[in-house]
Amino acid sequence: MEFMKPGAFKDNARAALADQDLRSAMTMLSTGMIPNRQGAVDRLPEFEKLSQRGRELKDHVLAHLDFYLERFERNCKAAGGHVHWCATAEDARREVLEICRSVDAKTVTKGKSMIAEEIHLNEFLEQHHIEPIETDLGEYIIQLAEEPPSHIIGPAIHKTKDQVSDLFLKHHAKLGRTERQTEPQKLVNEAREILRQKYFDADVGITGANYLIAETGSSIIVTNEGNGDLTQTLPKIHIVVTSLEKVVPTLEDATTFLRILARSATGQEFSAYTTISTGPRQDGDMDGPEEYHVILLDNGRSAMLGSEVQDMLRCIRCGACMNHCPVYQSVGGHTYGTVYVGPMGAVLSPALLGVAETKHLPCASTLCGRCEEVCPVSIPLPRLLRQWRQRAFEAGDVPSLERWGLSVWAFFAKRPWLYGLGARLAMRGLAYLGRDRGRMRKLWFAGGWTDGRDLPAPEGQTFQERWRKQQRERAAS
Amino acid sequence: MSDNKSGPKNGPKTNNAGRAAILGAIRQSLGRPELSTDAKRGLNEHIAKHRANLVPARGKGDRAALIKRFREMAEAVSCTVETVADAAHLPAAVADYLRANNLPTQVTLAPDEWLAGLDWEGQSLLETKSGAAGIDDLVSVTPAFAGVAETGTLVALSGAGHPTTLNFVPDYHVVALPTSQIVGAYEEVWAKLRKANKVGRGFTMPRNVNMITGPSRTADIALTIELGAHGPRSLHIVLIDDETAGETDGETEQA
Repeated sequence: MEFMKPGAFKDNARAALADQDLRSAMTMLSTGMIPNRQGAVDRLPEFEKLSQRGRELKDHVLAHLDFYLERFERNCKAAGGHVHWCATAEDARREVLEICRSVDAKTVTKGKSMIAEEIHLNEFLEQHHIEPIETDLGEYIIQLAEEPPSHIIGPAIHKTKDQVSDLFLKHHAKLGRTERQTEPQKLVNEAREILRQKYFDADVGITGANYLIAETGSSIIVTNEGNGDLTQTLPKIHIVVTSLEKVVPTLEDATTFLRILARSATGQEFSAYTTISTGPRQDGDMDGPEEYHVILLDNGRSAMLGSEVQDMLRCIRCGACMNHCPVYQSVGGHTYGTVYVGPMGAVLSPALLGVAETKHLPCASTLCGRCEEVCPVSIPLPRLLRQWRQRAFEAGDVPSLERWGLSVWAFFAKRPWLYGLGARLAMRGLAYLGRDRGRMRKLWFAGGWTDGRDLPAPEGQTFQERWRKQQRERAAS
Repeated sequence: MSDNKSGPKNGPKTNNAGRAAILGAIRQSLGRPELSTDAKRGLNEHIAKHRANLVPARGKGDRAALIKRFREMAEAVSCTVETVADAAHLPAAVADYLRANNLPTQVTLAPDEWLAGLDWEGQSLLETKSGAAGIDDLVSVTPAFAGVAETGTLVALSGAGHPTTLNFVPDYHVVALPTSQIVGAYEEVWAKLRKANKVGRGFTMPRNVNMITGPSRTADIALTIELGAHGPRSLHIVLIDDETAGETDGETEQA
């Protein structure tokens, strides 16, 4: 599968559907992530109210984003930290490189960060002869596999255990580990032992941030493995790569989000490690970094403010929308060809990369609405997906056959009697074609449907006929 | 936060062009200039008041209920928990725990006055040292600033007596927590922190506030939960019952 090409969505999807390993890995979503989240939500009666408050807080922050960012900067500096404002991905990469060069860094350990993925930081560091070492187990796995993440919180969710066993054997044999491990515990341990020394040797540690606190100038990371904490505590320099919309006013406000984040993401009551970091090590501290830098990335976000996709800036990156998406469940994250995947990715990517390049993504949805139902900050994802479809249509990015089809449909839709007649004729025709088996194996112009499954033959009346009949019966009763 | 500390001495300069461009773009998108002094006053008040938004019912209750909930929630995330009558029993409790679980007996203690004041010499089984964690350290014993009942979460603050590495590097982590430090909800920890680190009208944050809920874990291989990913493989909590009549161990808060 070709990675990072959103234009190849259709080809990617075809390949993904035929990939048995991927399908078996993805079934774990419905047996694990979905019931886990539901359990955690059910155990906290106040979840809905917290979620509502979280939504209001995000809207409040977005309306006053300049104020809260300036306040964050002032307090971060007061605590001895540095803030780097970066309008573009290129600016952010340059700032990171300059900081790394100030200590002549050879290796950089990294905690999980979607912003680092967004700015393609690893490739850039490698080009400049600095070795990035991913320490989150999922990120470590995909770094070995030379693949991008396929899920925003479980980057290697597409890999089966057997694939991880093979990958570790291939890459760790040269380190003297020539036995192929098959138990998850042994695989976890192998990665733990290999990464241990690297944490201590790294010159710079890079993490992301789930939140920035304006009141204290702090950043927060939420993790389970402890890798983020080792990454940001042991090297001389801690760099936080993050984006504008992560700022919240106070510790108390951050707390509201912390109560909904883990529950929505992994179905945990609280992740194992929630760490608030403020500035570098202080007088008397025996460990911790000597410098603390925050890279504040814009990269298209300021332009989303005040636009019809502003609601997307509320996203807290929990991944619930993709876990519950029937399209994501079937094709996995790599099919999208973008850093952000699933419903949130299909809304965010056109804003970051442009509609022309990503026009297939908003169409990779049945608009079933489950994403919006489970979104802890009520982002109207289906509405935003429709908006992008409309934009692509207006921009002429829709192929002429599709436009022609839509205008034919529009012609009938504007003339209800003709539409009704057409629907009746089409239905009777299809019922006749499928009269023997009750379904059709092949149908002209509908290969996209019938290649994968049979089309059931219609029976009875059209929807409009049934609707009218029901209305008449209601009126009569 | 106090704003009177000096800024960074060296390191890269602030990217002023980027700053102006981003703030300008934000204001343009929002369709307004920089906020007026009046508008800012309202927002400053929001920060200064730092009100709790909504505290779940499970974060409230009497002392006994909160301690019970803390224990249950911590055990639900694979912590082991025991209670001792007073701090003097801590060294023996640590020795017994390590022996019973067949764990190493070389222990790194947080260089904390309260811990140092206990009789570790009396435990012939234990070899103790104190300081930050080195790569070969296998067991650490640290105090905590608070325990939070709503999720069984321990809160540790970094500081001279409390190196952060002790919470993450060793394979086995033992935390000593007087029950008087257990609170119901996270917001109570922030109130404690604001009071303990008060400076002028504000307060200072330590480099790290570590909220720890169970030992290290991962589900990155086939969504199977495994403990001991990169941080501690086990987390043992020794509760010290300092609230029952007649037992007080004095001030044990980290500051």
